Amino acid sequence: MSEHQIDDWQHHADVAPGDEEEFSVGKALAGYVVGLALAVLLTATSFFIASTDLVWQPSIPVAIIVLAIAQMGVHLVFFLHITTGPDNTNNVLALAFGLLIVFLVITGSLWIMSHLNQNMMPMDQIMQMQR
Amino acid sequence: MLGKLTWAAIPFDQPIPLITGAAVLVVLLAVLIWIVVAGHLPYLWREWITSVDHKRIGVMYTLLALVMLLRGFADAIMMRGQQAIAFHSQGYLPPEHYNQIFSAHGTIMIFFVAMPFVIGLMNLVVPLQLGVRDVAFPTLNSVGFWLTATGALLVNVSLVVGEFARTGWLPYPPLSELTYSPGVGVDYYLWSLQISGVGTLVAGINLVVTVLKLRTRGMSYLRMPMFCWTTLASNLLIVAAFPILTATLAMLILDRYFGFHFFTNEAGGNMMMFMNLIWAWGHPEVYILVLPAFGIFSEVVATFSGKPLFGYRSMVLATMAICVISFMVWLHHFFTMGAGADVNAIFGIASMIIAVPTGVKIYNWLFTMYGGRIRFATPMLWSIGFMVTFILGGLTGVLVAVPPADFLLHNSLFLVAHFHNVIIGGVLFGAFAGYTYWFPKAFGFRLHEGLGHAAFWFWLVGFYVAFMPMYWLGFLGMTRRMQHYDVAEWRPWLMVAAAGVVLIMIGILFQIAQLVVSIRNRAELRDVTGDPWDGRSLEWATASPPPVFNFAVLPDVKGPDTYWEWKRHARRGDAAGGEPAYRDIEMPRNSPTGFMCAFFATVMGFALIWHIWWMVLLGGIGAFATFVVFAWRDHDEYVVPATEVARIDRLYREGRAAAVNAMGSPS
Amino acid sequence: MTDVMADERLHLPGGHEGPASKRIVTGYGFWIFLLSDMVMFSCFFAAYAVLSGQTAGGPKGSEIFDLRNVAIETGCLLLSSFACGLAAIAAGVRNETWFQIAMAVTCILGLAFLAIEFNEFASLVARGAGPSRSAFLSAFFALVGCHGLHVSAGILWLLTMMAQVFAKGFRADILRRFLCFALFWHALDIIWVAVFSVVYLLGSTS
Repeated sequence: MSEHQIDDWQHHADVAPGDEEEFSVGKALAGYVVGLALAVLLTATSFFIASTDLVWQPSIPVAIIVLAIAQMGVHLVFFLHITTGPDNTNNVLALAFGLLIVFLVITGSLWIMSHLNQNMMPMDQIMQMQR
Repeated sequence: MLGKLTWAAIPFDQPIPLITGAAVLVVLLAVLIWIVVAGHLPYLWREWITSVDHKRIGVMYTLLALVMLLRGFADAIMMRGQQAIAFHSQGYLPPEHYNQIFSAHGTIMIFFVAMPFVIGLMNLVVPLQLGVRDVAFPTLNSVGFWLTATGALLVNVSLVVGEFARTGWLPYPPLSELTYSPGVGVDYYLWSLQISGVGTLVAGINLVVTVLKLRTRGMSYLRMPMFCWTTLASNLLIVAAFPILTATLAMLILDRYFGFHFFTNEAGGNMMMFMNLIWAWGHPEVYILVLPAFGIFSEVVATFSGKPLFGYRSMVLATMAICVISFMVWLHHFFTMGAGADVNAIFGIASMIIAVPTGVKIYNWLFTMYGGRIRFATPMLWSIGFMVTFILGGLTGVLVAVPPADFLLHNSLFLVAHFHNVIIGGVLFGAFAGYTYWFPKAFGFRLHEGLGHAAFWFWLVGFYVAFMPMYWLGFLGMTRRMQHYDVAEWRPWLMVAAAGVVLIMIGILFQIAQLVVSIRNRAELRDVTGDPWDGRSLEWATASPPPVFNFAVLPDVKGPDTYWEWKRHARRGDAAGGEPAYRDIEMPRNSPTGFMCAFFATVMGFALIWHIWWMVLLGGIGAFATFVVFAWRDHDEYVVPATEVARIDRLYREGRAAAVNAMGSPS
Repeated sequence: MTDVMADERLHLPGGHEGPASKRIVTGYGFWIFLLSDMVMFSCFFAAYAVLSGQTAGGPKGSEIFDLRNVAIETGCLLLSSFACGLAAIAAGVRNETWFQIAMAVTCILGLAFLAIEFNEFASLVARGAGPSRSAFLSAFFALVGCHGLHVSAGILWLLTMMAQVFAKGFRADILRRFLCFALFWHALDIIWVAVFSVVYLLGSTS
């Protein structure tokens, strides 16, 4: 709903997610190149850790998860331009809310289901009882 | 050629659906023929079907809800009737039929009455309260409405072509798996909800972005009306919770259509995971429904007490607290499934904690009323009725939140009474309050007050007569969804419940009468000032109905209860008159995208249900083509010239000035 | 009353600036949609985690996952994200040629990803390790398949965007749509990070 009245009012505004406040080709290109390089590094490390014997075995799942989170962070910052500036507050808050829900759904489900599985008879045994 | 569809799908051997279906078809055809012959089709197409105006879309959502209320209520009458007579008897509904009725009743009431009702009211009111011209994505708004209508259509088609699910309003596996439900019933349910679920998600995104990014100048968050806060919270929940429903129903679809093993008995499927995931959606869903109702009560109570809402900031905190905590309680819907004492305890405690912010809200409404000059208009009656009824329902909720108590009461009629208590007393009473409160704004004339009062009293008394016996029946051990029973002790209470339903039916008849009479007498009931209730917020600061652009000039807000402050200034004679500088206004063009999208969605849904694969493909291509055609549009806005804006606004200002002069001393 | 509305003298600072611009509104709306999509994926992840041990006598993850293919898929998607970023820069300077080239590269890399994935699924089904074999395989096919479906929809969108820019140039509304597409494409790569880490890497080590 673009109109003159709104244009008169816009002195300082938020930034759309994925957009940057200032745009220059050099800086933008550098951002993507750095992001790519970091992502490749983290990904390669992840694959390496999963298939090597050089790392203490029990730490592998944690390492892979941490590296995954780092890779997601690289994507968010370098490709999606999510920063902590005041013009990005709404974007970050929305992301935080989404992450909270994802966390509740996944950990809640895992916690509940593991308790249920522990307490309840496995399905094939119940079926055998029926026969 | 036509998949599983044959003539056997039509229930020639079942008189009730056959006759009902025939009657509905005749009425539908008659209405359609009348519309075409009387020349109303161009008007309907131009002004309503292709409209992207939030006010029109809000009205259509509400109309859908009211029509589906009649269908869902018919199911209720049938169930109460069956249970009143099915003592040592099979009653008049065989089990296969009875099971479809209670499943359809719940599905329709939640998804096609309660949801459209609150979404319709939020759509109609929120942009006006925020002082802007429309929601963030007007065409998407239309898409959302029509997809919801598609879902409603498919559920109703199941009455005459095929069957509906027999699994209850949430299709628990393994009963809902292909092995035990080989017919099309569950598929009707699944596709109807997947399609309308997309519509709901779209509405959720729209309203979140509208509240966060589209407010008029000066309207900071803490100056928004309370209804906008509850809209924000409710739609954040929609955006967060509906994807869970989509995913879970998709898993069931994969099981039924492709032989997957998410929830099956064999090959390692886990049926308990369905319950876990579906209620992770299901609990936020009830807060999606009730939060807008809370917002409506905040508006109505403040207006009809003539006082600002008490404790605005604590209301905001309570609303956002409910929003977050509602995602931490879902296990209380399956305490008895076996997660164990520690898990049950945590969720039980969380379920009790969530009652606290609701209590804060109730106290704030009471303190708003205290010391005010209360007017008992119909919306206020619904609000007071809500306060008493919802407190009762909430208390029984806290009772079943105690796991050991729930082990006795789970799936008994006590539970049925509890959730009807909070949904009817909370959501439906709130929706009726909003309907009677904002009807003049939407249509330019008020609803007949006397008939409104009558409707309210019959609903209120009818509700108590219908549902209080069910609490007692729960204690007497009666389970829900019983098609027949042999316990003599239960019978008198079930007959009282049936009588209650008759009282509610009279209430509904009064509501229909109210609408008919008000339309006939609309000249006398006309609202010329745009402010029939002496309101406090911005939706009352424009004509009834508002022009398509809502406000000639977007308001500049200085504080909360903006419109009330302006009226105070005006009555004191402050600020000399003077027209604003009128400018051209750009508005979004109407578009058939929503309707066409839904048309193809209906085709795809029906084809998926009956396994008509070529039709699915055609429908999909059609839907994609509709998107592309929309994307290729070169002109998506039109201009309302400043002269036209001026003309419309001057008419409104004349009406307003007359009312202010007639008002006399400030109240 | 109306001039109290517009009276500049009474304007107090610290309020809201008025409705946001279309670009911000559109971008933010799509951002919210993406978050809802993440919640949907999290359900499939949760189901996968719950069912990952239910192999019903059939094959486990470590027996069927080919990490070399996964590495190639990951490379394809990551590079396609980079190419999409280049397309965004081209759009920023309104250079149609470079835009179309970058989008074409994005498309080819995305198609390569889909081809490898389709191949993987087909060979698993042929070996009797399809989704109806066990709950674990159901969860695997659903999660990875859902991501693949999103990529397919993205390709369709990508081609439509190329056609739109070709036909109408860098109009404001087309640029807004491209902003949404770029968000979508990058988000899919983020989800893939979770998929290959949780499903393939963790699955192959257990």
